[in-house]
Amino acid sequence: MKKSAFREFLSGLIDNNPTLVQLLGMCSTMAVSTSAANALGMGLAATAVLICSNVVISLLRRLIPPRVRIAAYVVIIAGFVTIVDLLLQAFFPALSDKLGIYIPLIVVNCIILARAESFASKNAPGPSALDGLSMGLGFALALCVLGGIRELLGSGTLFGARVLGAVYPGAAFFLLPPGGFLVLGFVIAAVSALKNRHKTAKKSEKTGGDAS
Amino acid sequence: MTLSSLLSISLSAILVENFVLVKFLGICPFLGVSKQTSTATGMGLAVTFVMGVASACTWCVDHYLLMPLNLTYMRTLAFILVIAALVQVVEMFLQKALPALYQALGIYLPLITTNCAVLGVALLNVERGYGFIESVVYAVTAGIGFLIAIVIFASLRERLEYADYPAAFEGFPIALVTAALLSIAFMGFQGLKVW
Repeated sequence: MKKSAFREFLSGLIDNNPTLVQLLGMCSTMAVSTSAANALGMGLAATAVLICSNVVISLLRRLIPPRVRIAAYVVIIAGFVTIVDLLLQAFFPALSDKLGIYIPLIVVNCIILARAESFASKNAPGPSALDGLSMGLGFALALCVLGGIRELLGSGTLFGARVLGAVYPGAAFFLLPPGGFLVLGFVIAAVSALKNRHKTAKKSEKTGGDAS
Repeated sequence: MTLSSLLSISLSAILVENFVLVKFLGICPFLGVSKQTSTATGMGLAVTFVMGVASACTWCVDHYLLMPLNLTYMRTLAFILVIAALVQVVEMFLQKALPALYQALGIYLPLITTNCAVLGVALLNVERGYGFIESVVYAVTAGIGFLIAIVIFASLRERLEYADYPAAFEGFPIALVTAALLSIAFMGFQGLKVW
């Protein structure tokens, strides 16, 4: 039982990564991944909202009438986003300034609604919290990978610390919107190439057939 | 507020600060409904319409309800409710009036509720302190920017059907690379000074 919970946790992080595999929540992914620190802040904020909303939706799952469930979910999510937004403004004003309207826009991040609909509405609060944590961290991980790559290529730093020598001038292109699209495209391509190779290996073990 | 300021808001919303390609708002429908030019056009028009009406409604809610009651911290919540209700109405209208378009848009129609472009424009209106007319003009022109971007993108993707690219890029990755190129093209408008 414990092992399967752990496996579920890992699956959200890697196999079913919400951003890189399920391709949800693209907007905030690209908008805030200009630096690793921004990406981490956004990832953690979204994780907090995801865990809280998953737990509450799971607790209310028998009370919410199915017809108005989406509206109910959105209200619950918006409530938690407001809380997180106000907390960030109070305690991390610099980060809150940087992320700007993308913090309130967590409300419309499809990952959160998708988890509410497909997991929290059918499961007990405990597993829902775990699911929220795993999906949220998966989102944060993907954001950090993207933010890291873009920051490294764009300004030669990582979390603000210089990594590439002072000789590296920094390719501002990667900090601009087109760089966001490009890096995300290549990262997803790399992930799907890895997955395909994995699948092909498994398949040829079984049947020796070709990969689809 | 003069005509020229409205013009500069419009131009910058359509070209310089294109919602999809520069501000990263509304990426989900941009990638999801852009396989065919016809559905992309329908989606673009629906989003433009919803954005225009939504920003008119949210402006009124903000100025006549939230501000007098000192409830501005409830903005996100109030806005998303207004948008959700509005999308529901548009959905019912399309189902009756234009069933073909309704079918083509499918799942993406209810998803306009969670289209960040709609909530984004409402929040940006507040952040920039736009008046009623400016808000609506900004929202509609931002919607037109979305429409232009998604139609160009859809026609590029139709051509991609015949392109030869590495298997790993199948689907989303090649679409993202295409979007990157399109975004580079729109970066060219950055130098455009209209104000």
